[in-house]
Amino acid sequence: MNLYEQQARNRRRTWLVMVVFVGLVLLLGLLLDAASYAAEGLFVPVGTIVALMYSGSTAAYSYFKGDRAVLASTRAVDLASAMAADPSRLAYRQLDNVIDEMAIASGLPRPAVYIVPDRDPNAFATGRDPGHAAIAVTEGLLDTLSREQLQGVVAHEMSHVRNFDIRLMTIVAALVGAVALLADWSARGWRYGAFGGSARPSRSGRGKGEGGATALLLLAVWLVAIVLAPLVARLLAMMVSRQREFLADASAAELTRNPGALADALEAIESRVEPTTAIHQGSAQLCIADPLGRTVNEGHGRWADLFATHPPMHERIDALRAMAFEKR
Amino acid sequence: MSVLVTIGALALVALWAMGSYNKLVGLRNQVTNGWRQIDVQLKRRHDLIPNLINTVKGAMEFERDTLEAVVAARNRAVAASGPADAGRKEGELSAALGRFFALAESYPQLTANQNVRALQEELTGTENKIGFARQFYNDIATKYNTATQVIPGNIIAGFAGFKAAELFEITSEAERAVPSVDLSLKKG
Repeated sequence: MNLYEQQARNRRRTWLVMVVFVGLVLLLGLLLDAASYAAEGLFVPVGTIVALMYSGSTAAYSYFKGDRAVLASTRAVDLASAMAADPSRLAYRQLDNVIDEMAIASGLPRPAVYIVPDRDPNAFATGRDPGHAAIAVTEGLLDTLSREQLQGVVAHEMSHVRNFDIRLMTIVAALVGAVALLADWSARGWRYGAFGGSARPSRSGRGKGEGGATALLLLAVWLVAIVLAPLVARLLAMMVSRQREFLADASAAELTRNPGALADALEAIESRVEPTTAIHQGSAQLCIADPLGRTVNEGHGRWADLFATHPPMHERIDALRAMAFEKR
Repeated sequence: MSVLVTIGALALVALWAMGSYNKLVGLRNQVTNGWRQIDVQLKRRHDLIPNLINTVKGAMEFERDTLEAVVAARNRAVAASGPADAGRKEGELSAALGRFFALAESYPQLTANQNVRALQEELTGTENKIGFARQFYNDIATKYNTATQVIPGNIIAGFAGFKAAELFEITSEAERAVPSVDLSLKKG
C-alpha cells in the first residue's frame, strides 16, 4: 500500500463513515415516527426531520470542526501561548523547530501545534487536510524524549497528516462523541418527561395519556440509543485500520532517514505504562500509542483485529529496527 | 471519414502534449520553490551566528581561534556567488560550527547557560532545516528529472526546453569527511 492508495482510501472511508452515521440516526427518527403513528394515528414526520437535521449538522460539524472538538476535549493549549507562559522551557523551542523541520522535509504547510497537559508521553494529529492540520504532544512526551526521538514522533504525525489519516480518524472521534452525547440527552429527556411531565397537570386539555406516551417513546429511543451507541462507535472505529501505524512509521523513517530514533521513542513511550488520562476513548485511534494501554493491542486474531486500535508495539519497533539494519 | 479520424487523433495528441507540459511546469515550479527553501534557511543561519558569538565571547576567551574561524567562514558564505560556490562555503561553515559546538561541550558554564542553550537549539534546528530542505529539494528534483527523461515525457521536455535540475551534493571535503575519533589510550 502506498501513499496515494492510502489517501484515496481515507477519503472514501470518511464518506462511508458519514453516510453510515446519518443513515443510523435517520433510522432512529423513522422508528420514532412509526411508533408515534401507531400510538396516535397522527402522521407528522417530526422524528425524521429532526434526525436528518441533527445527523446532517453533526456530520458537517465533525468534518469542519472535529479537530477543535478533539483538541478541546484534551484541554490542549497552543504552543505559542505555552511558550509565552514559560519562555525558558527549552523543550518548547525544540518542538517548534522540529515541527518546522518536518514540515520542510515533507513539503507540507506547517501545522498548528498544541501541548496537552498530561504527564504520560503521547502524541496525536488531527484536522481534515494538510492545510487544516494540528499536531499535539503531551508534556510527558517532551520530558521523556530526546530531540532526535521527538523528531521521529513528529515525522510520524506529519505522515498521518499527509496520508489524510487525520481526516478519517478525526471524523470517527467526533462522531463517537456525538453518539455518546445523543445517548446522554435522551436519558435526560426521558427523566424529564417521566417525572416532570406527569407531575404537572396537562394544560393542552387532551388528557394525561399524551405525557405517558411521550415518556414511553423517549424511553424507547433512549434504550435504542444506549444499545446502539457502543455498536455505532465500534462500527465507526472499525473503519480505522491498524495497518495505518506501520505506514506512518515507514513514512516517518523516510522523512527523517532515522528509523532508529523513532524505534527508541516508541520504546520510551511504551515503557511508561500509565494511561494518558487527558485523552478519551473516542480519540484513542488518533494517538501514536494507545492512550488507554489496553492489552488487546498486543495480540492478533479476530478479536484483536476487531477491537484493537493499534498494532502490537513490539512489531512496530522490530519493523523500524529492520529499516535501521539493527538487530534486537 | 478518414479526415475526421485524423483530426481526432491530432486533438488527442495535442491534449496529451498539453497535460504533459503542464505537469512538467508544475514540477519545475516545485523544484524552484525547493531551492528557495534552502536559501531561506541558509540566510537564517547567517543571521544567528553573530548572536551566538556575542553570547559566548566572554566565556570562551581562550578559544579565540575557533570563534574567529566561525565568523570568517560565515562571512565567506554570505559573500559567496553562485550555487556551487555557496554550496562549498556553506559546507565549510557547517564544519566550523561543528568544531565550535564540540569545543563548547567542555565549558560547563556555557552548556548550563540558558541563552547559549537556546541559541544552540536554534542553530541545531537551522542546520537540520537546511538538511531537510536539501533532502526535499533532491527528492523533488529527481522526480522532475525523471519526468523529463522517461520516454513520452522527454519529447515534450526536449521541444519546450526543460533542462535537468542540478542535484544538491556534498561538495566540500570538510563536510564529507567522517569525524575521526581516537579511542586509543595514550600512555604518558
